[in-house]
Amino acid sequence: MSNLGIEVRHLCKSFRKRKGVIRARSSVTHALRDVSFEVARGETYGLLGPNGSGKSTLIRVLATLLVPDEGEVRLLGYRLPGEEAEVRRRVGRVSVDAAFYKKLSARENLLYSAYLYGMDKAHAERRAMEILEALGLDGEKYTDPLEEMSRGMQQKVAITRALLVNPPLLLLDEPTTGLDPKSRRDVQTFLERLRSEHGTTILLTSHDMAETERLCSRIGFIAKGRLIAEGTAEELKRRSNAASLDDAFIALAGEKLEEGDGGAGRKSNEVALAEA
Amino acid sequence: MEQVLRQAWAFVFRDYHLTRRYFSWVVVFTFYAVVNSATVVLIGVAAGDRKLTLTLLVGVLLWGFLSVLFNEIANSITYERWEGTLEYTFMAPVSRLIHLAGVSLYAAAYAVVRASVIVAGLLLFVDLDLSRANWAGMVVVLAVSSAAFIGLGLMAAVLPVFSPERGAEATNIFQGILLLVSGVYYPVEVLPRWLQPLSVVSPATYALSASRKLIGLGDGAQQTAGAPLSACAYELTVLTLMGLVMIPLGLYVFGLVERWAKRTGKLKRTG
Repeated sequence: MSNLGIEVRHLCKSFRKRKGVIRARSSVTHALRDVSFEVARGETYGLLGPNGSGKSTLIRVLATLLVPDEGEVRLLGYRLPGEEAEVRRRVGRVSVDAAFYKKLSARENLLYSAYLYGMDKAHAERRAMEILEALGLDGEKYTDPLEEMSRGMQQKVAITRALLVNPPLLLLDEPTTGLDPKSRRDVQTFLERLRSEHGTTILLTSHDMAETERLCSRIGFIAKGRLIAEGTAEELKRRSNAASLDDAFIALAGEKLEEGDGGAGRKSNEVALAEA
Repeated sequence: MEQVLRQAWAFVFRDYHLTRRYFSWVVVFTFYAVVNSATVVLIGVAAGDRKLTLTLLVGVLLWGFLSVLFNEIANSITYERWEGTLEYTFMAPVSRLIHLAGVSLYAAAYAVVRASVIVAGLLLFVDLDLSRANWAGMVVVLAVSSAAFIGLGLMAAVLPVFSPERGAEATNIFQGILLLVSGVYYPVEVLPRWLQPLSVVSPATYALSASRKLIGLGDGAQQTAGAPLSACAYELTVLTLMGLVMIPLGLYVFGLVERWAKRTGKLKRTG
């Protein structure tokens, strides 16, 4: 059995967009360019990068929601594309937007998810309550519609959903963005517990330097679809002669972490292809 | 096996609770369907023509059932895109067959309950003796025609993957064409000649033809007793063949579009 939780080799993914009918123009956005990295089983690896840098695309490829153009991916030894069914049984994902049936209660959303994974009701309810309690969510909220919950509460339910089946691999796409400091701390403490008690492999994308430094043993900097540097927080700071991770990112990527985005960052990735 | 049943149950569980949460809208839409059905059937009552009344009655009931079945399946992906949950459903370890079987199971149950409410509502407006109709045969026709409509629904369900809004629009247009060409309220022979070939490929045409025989509207003069099921052998054969072709075809098309969406990034909420 491979000792690697995540193995990504020369991963490329681009998106083609077509505009207009009569004078059709198409452009290509290179979301991932030759990305390679490894995460050991039980390790928490952080990916830092501005909006539009390719973090979410990478998470989607690993979650079997996107098929890569080129490259190899192995998750817990299972190959993508090819062994999607095995991967799906073992991977949990939390995205930045807590996507739920907002009219349904937390209980109904979580039971729906549990049934999708073939869990029985009693086990799912027990596990859901354990996780929600650990995340500091009041049990009374369990039967309230999601639309009546704050963003922080919804995100805690989203994390509970990802952990219901106790997956050995977690993909966390900015899970604490928009949370209040107390909720953020609850989630971070829980993730630390998860790693120490269950040996869960975690890939975490974030803008938050302090969070990344606290949770991740190694960090990768991603900008314009390229993994430009990786190492421990100390190594990255030392390599760029910077006092903070933020400064290290600026020094190595040539842009600020909170900038980029789908605007300027993405534009630079686009190559106008042709006029038809 | 137990795990597979739980996975199919997930969709029934979800759709049941969504119906419960939107119950006031369900009541409003069902009320409208009852009133709309009554206004159509009362045209036959006003004409004093039992045959016309029965023709319209079969039309509103069967179309009410089949269109809801089609709609619920065709819009299942649209709902998920609106809620933003599509990616979570697609990354769950559920085969597409089980996923769509679960969605279809709830849609069929919902369509049966809704059609029963419409029948009960119509009894308040129309006084017809239907005791000699072949009800058992009608159930068989509904079951067989459901398969073909489920297949059509599966093919339409992928349209929102291309574009949520355009997909929903295309689904409604498709449903409108089925309503027009299938002879829901009139014989297909009254359609313009250039449109009539479409009625041949609509499963609703055969479902309606068989149902009218079974309720007591045969080819002969004013029949009152429902025909035996054997009188619908042709319609049942065609409907069975359509179901056998359309369900696997619907699953195949769904799979093709899912793979395309994963290559192009169209599963994402904003498309």
